[in-house]
Amino acid sequence: MSKILININGKDYSAEPGKMVLEIAKDNGIYIPTLCHYEGIKPQGSCRICTCKIDGRNMTACTTPATHRMVVETNTEELEKIRATIVELLFAEGNHFCPACERSGSCELQALAYRYKMMVPQFPYIFPSKDLDAKNPKIMIDHNRCILCKRCIRRKKEPENPTWFVFENRGNKVQINVDHELIADFDDELAQKAMDTCPVGAIIRKEKGFDVPIGSRKYDKVPIGSDIEEQGATL
Amino acid sequence: MDNKQSRNSEFSNNDNCSCECNDLEAILAKYNNDPTRLMDILIEVQTQCGCVSEKAVKVIAKAINYSSVDVVQTLSFYHFLSQTPTGKYAVYLNDSAVAEMMGREEIAKVFEEEVGCKFGSVSEDGNIGLFNTSCIGMNDQEPSAIINRRVFTKLTKEKVIKIVKGMKNDLDVEDLVGTEVQSNILKQGPILTKDSNLGEAVKKAISMKPEDVIEEIKQSNLRGRGGAGFPTAMKWRFCRNAHGEKHYIFCNADEGEPGTFKDRVILTERPQLLFAGMTIAGYAIGSDEGILYLRYEYKFMEEYLEGVLSKLREEGLLGKDVAGEPGFNFDIRIQFGGGAYICGEESALLESAEGKRGEPRDRPPFPVVKGYLQQPTAVNNVETLCAVAKIMHKGAKWYRSLGTLDSTGSKLISVSGDCEKPGVYEVEWGFTVNDILELVGAKNVQAVQVGGPSGNCIAPNEFDRKLAYEDLSTGGSLIVIGNERDLLKDIVLNFTEFFIEESCGSCVPCRAMTVQYKNKLEKIIRGNGVAEDIDLMLAWENVMISNRCGLGQTAANPILSTIKNFRELYEEKLNKDTDFVSEFNLEAAVQESCKTANRIPNLGGDHE
Repeated sequence: MSKILININGKDYSAEPGKMVLEIAKDNGIYIPTLCHYEGIKPQGSCRICTCKIDGRNMTACTTPATHRMVVETNTEELEKIRATIVELLFAEGNHFCPACERSGSCELQALAYRYKMMVPQFPYIFPSKDLDAKNPKIMIDHNRCILCKRCIRRKKEPENPTWFVFENRGNKVQINVDHELIADFDDELAQKAMDTCPVGAIIRKEKGFDVPIGSRKYDKVPIGSDIEEQGATL
Repeated sequence: MDNKQSRNSEFSNNDNCSCECNDLEAILAKYNNDPTRLMDILIEVQTQCGCVSEKAVKVIAKAINYSSVDVVQTLSFYHFLSQTPTGKYAVYLNDSAVAEMMGREEIAKVFEEEVGCKFGSVSEDGNIGLFNTSCIGMNDQEPSAIINRRVFTKLTKEKVIKIVKGMKNDLDVEDLVGTEVQSNILKQGPILTKDSNLGEAVKKAISMKPEDVIEEIKQSNLRGRGGAGFPTAMKWRFCRNAHGEKHYIFCNADEGEPGTFKDRVILTERPQLLFAGMTIAGYAIGSDEGILYLRYEYKFMEEYLEGVLSKLREEGLLGKDVAGEPGFNFDIRIQFGGGAYICGEESALLESAEGKRGEPRDRPPFPVVKGYLQQPTAVNNVETLCAVAKIMHKGAKWYRSLGTLDSTGSKLISVSGDCEKPGVYEVEWGFTVNDILELVGAKNVQAVQVGGPSGNCIAPNEFDRKLAYEDLSTGGSLIVIGNERDLLKDIVLNFTEFFIEESCGSCVPCRAMTVQYKNKLEKIIRGNGVAEDIDLMLAWENVMISNRCGLGQTAANPILSTIKNFRELYEEKLNKDTDFVSEFNLEAAVQESCKTANRIPNLGGDHE
């Protein structure tokens, strides 16, 4: 298939038609922050963090396929402000106590908050009353920390299998739920996969939360997105 | 997989639901255990049992090869579907702004007193459940309620007492009190004017080539009446040209925008016109199946509409070889929703029709390319399809002679609120707000909400604006707000709560920011707001427009449009002596822990 031209932040890039803007940007060393996106599973654009100006409109880079002569802005002041506000909204909406969380240091939400230099959200905390579901022998689900990105719902072992994780209710009452009968015999591998899929500390493997000590975790030394940006600097 | 087998064996002996629903198997068989018909299955179970119990969920899940939670995923999304019993009589009282204006609070109190339980609960004997619900499309005859799918309008204290007495005496819903849903057509225009022979419009269309039918609609300059105003002919052309195993035409009759009820009136008074329009649309895009997605609130029309469809089949205007045209087969079925405003968004509507949560899809692909069951699908508004039938009947030239250059034809407006004659008015595009206010007998008007909560709240200095796509665009609702109303408390707060309730919960800004907007608004209403609060609410608009769908993008409109047009109402409530008011109440915050520890806090004078 013939390549197309796409303009990102004022520079032309050649790309495969139909490839998502997010992926094209990444290939070219341009980091667009994401939360609900997870490589290898179908994107759905629900966190809105990757919102870019695409042909003049606010669209999510993870769900917008590239077309010829598309013009994309990824990092204007306005867009960065939107992203920072969304991060703040998530902190205010849930109960995120980083110092006590097993995922501190490898949490994507926390890493983005650092990236946007958030000290405290501009919004008053809601302090919702949420449950901790520890019924499964291998994993626990802490609804306090869940950012409702649906990554766990969308990542299934096989498409024909019944769904393990689901969304329940709607609006600000929405929460993930899990079919305990189906995950009753989760092995370590599946439990690890479930935990890895979660961007925050909402799905945690029991007895494994501190296997990697705080201080040597993924974002403890390098900020989120720096791998892509470094690659961009060498291109 | 092992865990699937173990899951099944656990309730394999439990095929019958323990509640009153004995027909679960028959219901499942009726829909061939088809997961895409999950909405129909759940609605029938809910109708029969008053809830979809945990056991019923398991039986359904097993039959359609879903996990139980996956069934709950759909079930829990819809307002009229419940996992817990809703009572033998389930009362859903409208709590929209206009219902409040017409005295809902008093009516709710009488219900609670007479039944003996609060809204949001079921009486101890399990007989009567009381629930709030968003606008039920009866704004011209509020306060009103739905009880077991039947609508009771213009409720008074006396009526409620009689209704509750009847329910306690086990009366049939039909016999509780005499009730009638009024159509209130107060001005007829080209769409509502009755034609003697609609079959002619269908016959004329199918005597033409489908492409020529689309061309005729293009010549008429017809645009979608749902609010967005997309050219109908263009939508059809995209759909017709898209490749698929099958094409579908959907009629969007999920009118959930508070204050809108004109589709209900069309469906009651002119259903043949709508079905003729659907048939013509089906012919034009190359479809043999039309689906009317009807909101659950209008379930009371089901029997009537099915009767109309049967009659059309008898007359040869639906079914095989429609209108005697060999090879053109077309039929229509009704798909009910389960109570969710968001399903009026076309891609959410399709998700719902497929038996899923009504969450809008990412676009592209657009429904005309990949719609219902991933097939090319055209979704049109009720009024749009009615206009189609009229255009085929009388010609594009006639239609173009009505309205304005950019907005041809007429518009049905649902008028409610503080006016003498609420009802449905069909006017040509180009009518001003003032013209309508005069027609409906509205005096001392403070504001007019144009296009429902997602639209625009305008002040008298804009009442000379025209209703037209190029000026004030509207899906058809006009709420008149009198001088005596507290605009922020009675209207804006109610609308903001509506959006919180009706958000699908998927996008972060729509789910979380609406709550922050509400908190900020309440802070200002309490007199604790500071100047910065207004600026912040305006600044958040950028985040709201980054939501995926129209609901999310417009969810802050009640606040944003009133800050723009009634800023003084906000400013006069501000605390001007300070630039910061702490909303934090230490005494309230420590109450629970003090109670637990059995201590009286010593908060003293300075408790920093």
